[in-house]
Amino acid sequence: MSNIPAPNSNVTEFSVTELSGAIKRTMEDTYGRVRVRGELGRVSRPASGHIYLDLKDDRAVLAAVIWKGAAAKMAVRPEEGLEVIATGKITTFPGQSKYQLVIDNIEPAGEGALMALLAARKRQLESEGLFDPARKQLLPYMPRVIGVVTSPTGAVIRDILHRLSDRFPSHVLVWPVRVQGETSAQEVATAVRGFNAIDGGSGIPKPDLIIVARGGGSLEDLWGFNEEVVVRAVADSDIPVISAVGHETDTTLVDYAADVRAPTPTGAAEIAVPVQAELVAQMAQLVARLRAGLSRSTDRKKERLSGLTRALPHPDGLLALPRQRLDGQQVRLGAALDRFTTHKRSRLTTAEAKLSPSRLIHRFDNVRSNLDRLSRSLPSALGRNIQTHRRELGFRAQRLSPQTVNRNVKSGREQLVAFQRRNDLAAERLIGNRRDRANQVSKLLESYSYQRVLDRGFALVMDESAKPIRSSKGVAKGAGLTIQFAGDDRLAAIANGDAIPAMNKRSSAKPQKKQPKAAQTSLFDE
Amino acid sequence: MNEQQKPADPSTLSFEHALKELEGIVDRLERGDVELEESITIYERGEALRNRCDALLKSAEMKIEKIKAGRDGQATGTEALDD
Repeated sequence: MSNIPAPNSNVTEFSVTELSGAIKRTMEDTYGRVRVRGELGRVSRPASGHIYLDLKDDRAVLAAVIWKGAAAKMAVRPEEGLEVIATGKITTFPGQSKYQLVIDNIEPAGEGALMALLAARKRQLESEGLFDPARKQLLPYMPRVIGVVTSPTGAVIRDILHRLSDRFPSHVLVWPVRVQGETSAQEVATAVRGFNAIDGGSGIPKPDLIIVARGGGSLEDLWGFNEEVVVRAVADSDIPVISAVGHETDTTLVDYAADVRAPTPTGAAEIAVPVQAELVAQMAQLVARLRAGLSRSTDRKKERLSGLTRALPHPDGLLALPRQRLDGQQVRLGAALDRFTTHKRSRLTTAEAKLSPSRLIHRFDNVRSNLDRLSRSLPSALGRNIQTHRRELGFRAQRLSPQTVNRNVKSGREQLVAFQRRNDLAAERLIGNRRDRANQVSKLLESYSYQRVLDRGFALVMDESAKPIRSSKGVAKGAGLTIQFAGDDRLAAIANGDAIPAMNKRSSAKPQKKQPKAAQTSLFDE
Repeated sequence: MNEQQKPADPSTLSFEHALKELEGIVDRLERGDVELEESITIYERGEALRNRCDALLKSAEMKIEKIKAGRDGQATGTEALDD
């Protein structure tokens, strides 16, 4: 069972490579040159420069490639959505089981297809505001430097330069670009941005006006100026842009983005610069008017001045009236002064008249008569005064009598007697007191006297010079002694022995008195 | 009026500005309502503006160059445009 051959065993057996090779040959022989109509989808442009894209219709998709060399030569830049007729051949990739169309050329599938694409793009860019009139910049009246973006060869640049030099010779910078083909749009955009990027650093003056120009051609020829990249570059330009692409009837999207659209390149030059000759003429006219204006202005002022001068009144007339008033016042001034002094003088005269010696004498007389009158009455007044005082004195004298004095003397004397009596009494009393005291003291004194001791029986021993002897010492044997007794009774004695020592302490005094005792014995003996 | 108060150096003015100011001066002088001193001042200003315009007009000459661009799209220099 396992060896049962396949039902189609008589069919040739291929290896994969063989079959792939067979298919490749078949396809490339059969479709070595084809024209395919379809819409472009998903266009990709790697750095290699080749373009990979899809051709499609409503049911199928065909992968396609445009090699770098072919891409550069194409009039129409392939882009998504464009309906095209592509010419090329089919190749296969046996390694990946794939096939693709290698495109040599692309043409738009009729004007309608391209116009539809153009309209769609215009709507889109318009909706972004790139064509907004508010974005339009004013062109400089007289640009110093004009940048022209166009092909450096051909009629267009020549027309522009020719017209510029006719009207107003200017400094023109040409940025050479290809105006047709796959790369033209990018080159034009780069040129516009490049002009804007000039900062004067490399000695290149920055243009103050850009002209983007191209001669007439088919829709496909002008297609580069419909490219989004060109439209955006022009719309972004800070330098005002004049577009002049194709003939007047050809309108590209760059025309909408430019600040001004010129019908032709020559027209662009006319818009760009004024006519120098006209300006010179205008200047001459202005200068003539300037000079005439000044002279007319001064003339008019001169006229007004002379008119006003005539209208000025004569200086004399101007001053006459005030002068007259001044004169009048001067006259009045003199008269007024005269009147004033006259008046004063008359008052002085009046006053003078009143001032005279007689008036003064008269006044003296009055004073003197008064004085006389007073002098006369003076003595009598004095007499009256004396009398008055005398009366007063008399009156007082009557009241003055000796009795009054006597009365006073008597009472004084009585008082004196009384005082004397009192004084005597007091003195007696005082003296008595003193006497009593003196008696007492004298008695006391007597009691203390050694006489009293003698009265009590004691005797006083004295030496020859009557000095009391208080001790036996110093009393020499044979010395004369005096012994005194009471009542000044004296006895002379002689010391007959030495001092007798005391027997004891108690009687020590006795021996001392023994001596006198001996005397006493003598005394008794007496 | 503004230019009367702050007169810019004529040599810095563009042709259009100078021309416009000159026209204004001519108009004022022709109206004759300018004071005498000022009329002389603005006349002198007018002459200066006229000279500026003349100079700009006379200096106009054709000069044509071709831009040389680097790889990055920047202008690197100029050369004469071959006819």
